[in-house]
Amino acid sequence: MKRLLDPDSLRALARGCAVLGAGGGGDPYLGLLQALQAAEDFGPAVLVDLDELPGDSLIMPCGGIGAPTVSVEKIENGDEGARLREHLEFLTGRRVAALMAAEIGGSNGLLPITWAARMGLPVADADGMGRAFPEVPQVTMHLAGISPSPAVMTDERGNLVIFQTISGQWMERLERAAAVEFGGAASSTEFTLTAAQARGATVRGSVSLAIRIGEAVTGAEGSPVDALVAAVGGFRLITGKILDVERRTTSGFARGSVIVEGLGPDAGRLIRLELQNENLVALERGRVLASVPDLISVLDSETADAIVTERIAYGQRVTVIAFACDPVWRTEKGIMIAGPRAFGYDFDYLPVEELAGASA
Amino acid sequence: MPAPDCRLGVDVGGTNTDAVIMDTADRVIAKAKVPGTPDITGGIVAAVGAVLGAPGAGAGRISHVMLGTTHATNAVLERRNLRRVAVLRIGGPATYSIRPMFGWPPDLVAAVSVGATIVDGGIEFDGQDLSPLDTDAIARFLGRVGGAADGIAITSVFAPVSPRHELMAAEIVKRELGDVHVSLSHEIGSIGLLERENATILNGALAGVARDVASAMRDALAAHGLRPVTFFAQNDGTLMSLDQALRYPVLTIGSGPANSVRGAAFLTGISDSLVADVGGTSTDLGVLANGFPRESSQGVEIGGIRTNFRMPDLVTIALGGGTVVSGDPGDVRIGPRSVGYRLEREALVFGGTTPTLTDSAVAAGRASLGTVPLGKGPASAGGHRALLSGALAKADVMLAEAIDRVKTSRDDRPLIAVGGGSILVPDRLPGVSEIIRPEHFDAANAVGAAIASVSGQVDRIFHLGPGGRQAALDEARDEARERAVAAGADPAAVHIIEIEEIPLAYLTSPAVRIRVKAAGALGGVPDHHLQARLAQQARLAGI
Repeated sequence: MKRLLDPDSLRALARGCAVLGAGGGGDPYLGLLQALQAAEDFGPAVLVDLDELPGDSLIMPCGGIGAPTVSVEKIENGDEGARLREHLEFLTGRRVAALMAAEIGGSNGLLPITWAARMGLPVADADGMGRAFPEVPQVTMHLAGISPSPAVMTDERGNLVIFQTISGQWMERLERAAAVEFGGAASSTEFTLTAAQARGATVRGSVSLAIRIGEAVTGAEGSPVDALVAAVGGFRLITGKILDVERRTTSGFARGSVIVEGLGPDAGRLIRLELQNENLVALERGRVLASVPDLISVLDSETADAIVTERIAYGQRVTVIAFACDPVWRTEKGIMIAGPRAFGYDFDYLPVEELAGASA
Repeated sequence: MPAPDCRLGVDVGGTNTDAVIMDTADRVIAKAKVPGTPDITGGIVAAVGAVLGAPGAGAGRISHVMLGTTHATNAVLERRNLRRVAVLRIGGPATYSIRPMFGWPPDLVAAVSVGATIVDGGIEFDGQDLSPLDTDAIARFLGRVGGAADGIAITSVFAPVSPRHELMAAEIVKRELGDVHVSLSHEIGSIGLLERENATILNGALAGVARDVASAMRDALAAHGLRPVTFFAQNDGTLMSLDQALRYPVLTIGSGPANSVRGAAFLTGISDSLVADVGGTSTDLGVLANGFPRESSQGVEIGGIRTNFRMPDLVTIALGGGTVVSGDPGDVRIGPRSVGYRLEREALVFGGTTPTLTDSAVAAGRASLGTVPLGKGPASAGGHRALLSGALAKADVMLAEAIDRVKTSRDDRPLIAVGGGSILVPDRLPGVSEIIRPEHFDAANAVGAAIASVSGQVDRIFHLGPGGRQAALDEARDEARERAVAAGADPAAVHIIEIEEIPLAYLTSPAVRIRVKAAGALGGVPDHHLQARLAQQARLAGI
């Protein structure tokens, strides 16, 4: 079903992208302003299901790469997406039929919509993560064996680099280095694929899920948090307040841990969250309640606004929720790339339904 | 007659204007509190007149005046007395995807803007040019809108890393338009282009308000034959000179609460504590850290506009001495309505008929004030007793929750209670180790203005070279000290009061954002310097 991404949908989407960011992916605030301006100037983009596109039509997964501190200062020109498309069409000899977010979580969930509105192209109702992850190859297209090459990266000036690499890890390494030279942030496309491939290699319906999350919160008659938990089919891990935040930075990643103390019905409980850009693990008395690749989001207990990891602070009244990732992340390969051990934790992954579900 | 050596601190709040005079030994020798007036001038004239007229005040001995005000906030909220600004953003070809003022309320854009443009230029996070500055485009823009603009707001991408393009643009403005008011973003906000640009535009819009406050102050003092050196209190509780305040009025927008926190620190001699400033309508809870108000890490919204400038980190609740108590003993409701400055007519203890939290405090024995013992007035006290005590219990819970929200750690902390309504604060509160009630608690804000020191701040991205983190920190510290001294601090008394490091994630080359603030007491002002400053102030203020 086609759907216009009008200003109300975009506002709902931004809320949902923040929740699906699981603490990472950056604050979607600037992404929302960009999408609103593009909708105002060029008309709203159209959201399409992958089934509506001919199987051989070309999908361009895309987004931004780099430091959030740079993105909040050096905001995009807006034409980056058109340039990526032009060169991808040159490299593949084919027309791009739709854009797709490589990462629905955080600000990257909105950037492709801005570009699509400006080009008059549709946006596919899917993405490559169903959440946010820190690295280029942590996408479902990689799990499905789709090549990241050829990748194209550009900046606001018109500089452009084409990457042809032997692996996802090399793509991560070279793109990261190029992004620094571009001034700390850049726009890119990797893992180009057809609609037929995308039907089995992406997280489907993630854009409409994000919109549903946002609409559930704004339309909630009772508690916005309850409405959100119902919308994602999630588990409430604890309702309480932030008791302690510890941050450390190692090799470019913001790591840390957060202690949440239960209030009300949860009084007496303590939960520790482990962070590395995203919320990775929730623990209670040494027992894992949820872990990557399942999603853990920290919400404002009153408004259900998702709080990104860099903004968590002592005293905030929060509800921590967890919900299931896309099944593709629960395969052997998915867990290898994005499970607890991929982030340096010495325990095996168990689905959140078995962990939190058992204690709920 | 002795040489002028006393300071006059004035705080223009929403309800009252407070003034104090302090001598060289930092003693309060006179104080006054007068109700505010719709035009700011009346309140200032009345408060200054009242305090100078107090016995022993020694009007002739005033050498310095320190003024704090929240007047600018109201001007934005009410779209009143705002100047028209031309908005220049330097950052093309980046940043076009969100144009200046996109998302602002249309009536505020109409009230403030005469036009906006984005020109090529700006800085990268590593200090290189994003693109060369398009000086011709700036001149063309100024030619188009310059005639209608009262001021120019200039914001360059990564100006906190290097302000050079903003400074070049300011030169072009001077060449093309002469002495028009110019706001430069690197002087106002930190990293975050849109928020800093918003603050810079508001700054230009508030230039007229600042000038009005300055001339109201000048008139009030001239009426007493005084021409002291005038300083404005700014958002972080430190001072800026009059000429700085006229250029950067937005930096004074949060000075009221900052002054209260500083005043609380001074009156108690404590440098780390919680502070509750209880007024007639609301209570501000802040944190005193190292003698200064802790600042918010996130941007502050003013009239629906996101900004990112320095503001005290506060939790504000609708709880004050005039807060109205209603409902019945089984279902007590507190506020948010307040009788405000009508407390002395409407509260039960003053013979009125409206139960307020002040009545609750009196009934509970926390304070003895008023003209009518409870139960003797026209209102029947029988039903009120239970209501009043229920309200106070509820108010204590609200206060305890707000205290917990403003705290940064779980340890019990002391709390300094100031403000006219601080009689509401009980002697024990959860999470609080001790409650301190200083002398002159009701004029802590004006005291905070009078004793304020001068500061300098650095907030930019440093690339870690061979010297590593330590070299970057040393450089930032030296720069902050130099800025404090340049702003008028005594070089021997400057201390680093705040250091914050934020490593940049998702980057392979090591870079860190460092924020350092230095502050020190006002340096001795030699006479020739004083004369020069007075002449400059007079010129700038159009006196």
